[in-house]
Amino acid sequence: MTTKPTREQQTKEAKSNGSTVSAPVKPGWEELEIGAVVHTGNGTEYKTGDWRSERPMVDKDKCINCLFCWVFCPDAAVNVVDEKFSSIDYYHCKGCGICATECPAKCISMEDEAKFQNEVTVVNSSGAVVVNSKSNGGSGKGGLK
Amino acid sequence: MSKLIAATGNQAVAQAMRQIDPHVVAAYPITPATDIVEEFSTFVAEGLVSTEFVPVESEHSAMSACIGASAAGARAMTGTSSQGLALMWEMLYIASGLRLPVVMAVANRALSAPLSIHGDQSDAMGARDSGWIQLYCKNQQEVYDTMLQAIRIAEHDEVRLPVMVCYDGFIVSHSLVGVNLIDDDEAKAFVGKHKAKNSLLDTKNPVTVGPLTLFDYNFEFRRQLAEGMFHAPAVIDEVAREYAKISGRYYGRYEKYSLDDADLGIVVLGSAASTAEIVVDRLRDRGIKAGILRLKALRPFPKAELAQELGHLKALAILDRADSPGAYGGPVGLEVRSALLENTKKPIVINGIYGLGGRDTTTDQLQSVYDRLLNIVETGTVDEPLFYLGVRGGKVNGRKSEAAIARSGSSR
Repeated sequence: MTTKPTREQQTKEAKSNGSTVSAPVKPGWEELEIGAVVHTGNGTEYKTGDWRSERPMVDKDKCINCLFCWVFCPDAAVNVVDEKFSSIDYYHCKGCGICATECPAKCISMEDEAKFQNEVTVVNSSGAVVVNSKSNGGSGKGGLK
Repeated sequence: MSKLIAATGNQAVAQAMRQIDPHVVAAYPITPATDIVEEFSTFVAEGLVSTEFVPVESEHSAMSACIGASAAGARAMTGTSSQGLALMWEMLYIASGLRLPVVMAVANRALSAPLSIHGDQSDAMGARDSGWIQLYCKNQQEVYDTMLQAIRIAEHDEVRLPVMVCYDGFIVSHSLVGVNLIDDDEAKAFVGKHKAKNSLLDTKNPVTVGPLTLFDYNFEFRRQLAEGMFHAPAVIDEVAREYAKISGRYYGRYEKYSLDDADLGIVVLGSAASTAEIVVDRLRDRGIKAGILRLKALRPFPKAELAQELGHLKALAILDRADSPGAYGGPVGLEVRSALLENTKKPIVINGIYGLGGRDTTTDQLQSVYDRLLNIVETGTVDEPLFYLGVRGGKVNGRKSEAAIARSGSSR
């Protein structure tokens, strides 16, 4: 019995057949969980970052690591490592600006998303979000000035 | 070791529920289903079961509570009729769409208006598109046996669909007869432990139940549901065979009475089949080859089997204990006709609506149906492809009554 092709393989196959699919092939009904039950953790795959019209840029030199931005972010889009601010998760950040409003050190500014149009964000094969910034206006360091 | 008790259809359901001992029963009373849960609640009070019994404020809530319980990993059951089933209509689709194995007893009762508490099948017929498996029983014994099997069918990995066990209100639900119960331990072993799937209470595997699906996913889940129904016939038969080994009683998805060599046949669901058996015996004594096909599983509909079993008949009357005003016949009539469509050999078909609102369906009435079929075979013509059996009024010998003429102002 042959194993079912993965979605990556299906996409590759579809593309090589000349179809103009630009997104991974969606699962067929046999592949879906019964009764539309959704298992946990799936939110990480849903790119809400493209909803933004402006993005928060954090000045790490001014940041006092109070983590207010992390507390207030409604989307859990602030990455914290070792109890210090690390980066903004631009794959999920919707640009609401609450972090900028709440930051006591005023080190977060909201900047026009149009400046970052050439940025490419992908989810790699192990599920990690990797931001490759190729913009003209951005710093290319994942949202840090 | 079976035990013979005196039980009504509702009491038989309650006994089955006692042996099943579901985790949750949430119910609301309605005639003629009320005493299922009345009886069962005494078992709860006496500690004969460990069921969490939730008396809710409406049938809609009853099904909602059963859905919630089932999604949380519990074995959930309930019972209702008529307006109650109608009130929970949106929740029926939720239960099947979420693929929850809820089992419900339905004491079939006429839908209002006009108000009626008595038995006909209009309530369950209205739910035949809901994705529920529908099994119709002719007597109290079958109701008990089917309730036990329903749990196994619903919870089967290849099905995972809710099941309604239907039987005629008052006629079966309230008449007292001898019912053979299988041993409590045998019943428990047959039904087995509940197999929950994606339980909300499984905190190690958190899930979301009932998400929104947009146009790019909804269809796939509906197709998935259909697949559960496609597997149901084999599962129903398999479970029936297993149950027959314990009980000695096998029902399958339909039952034949004197049908194999018959020229004249009827298709009927529920208790009227038993009455028809008496009529068939008398006809056979007179040398007339009459038979009955009693349909047990309306969903999944045994199209291939019916096409096979009915094809050889010369004339067939499909009897509906529900009407579908404006359709070319009653619900079962439409379905059985379409099952015969591809047959090269098929009978002349007529469709009769009978027994609405608990109208007593007598041997005389059923005899008249066979008389119609005899007439069709002899003359080769059909006077009335659709007819109403046992209703007062209409034309007698081609003429309306004086009162009817006076009322309508016309003799037509």
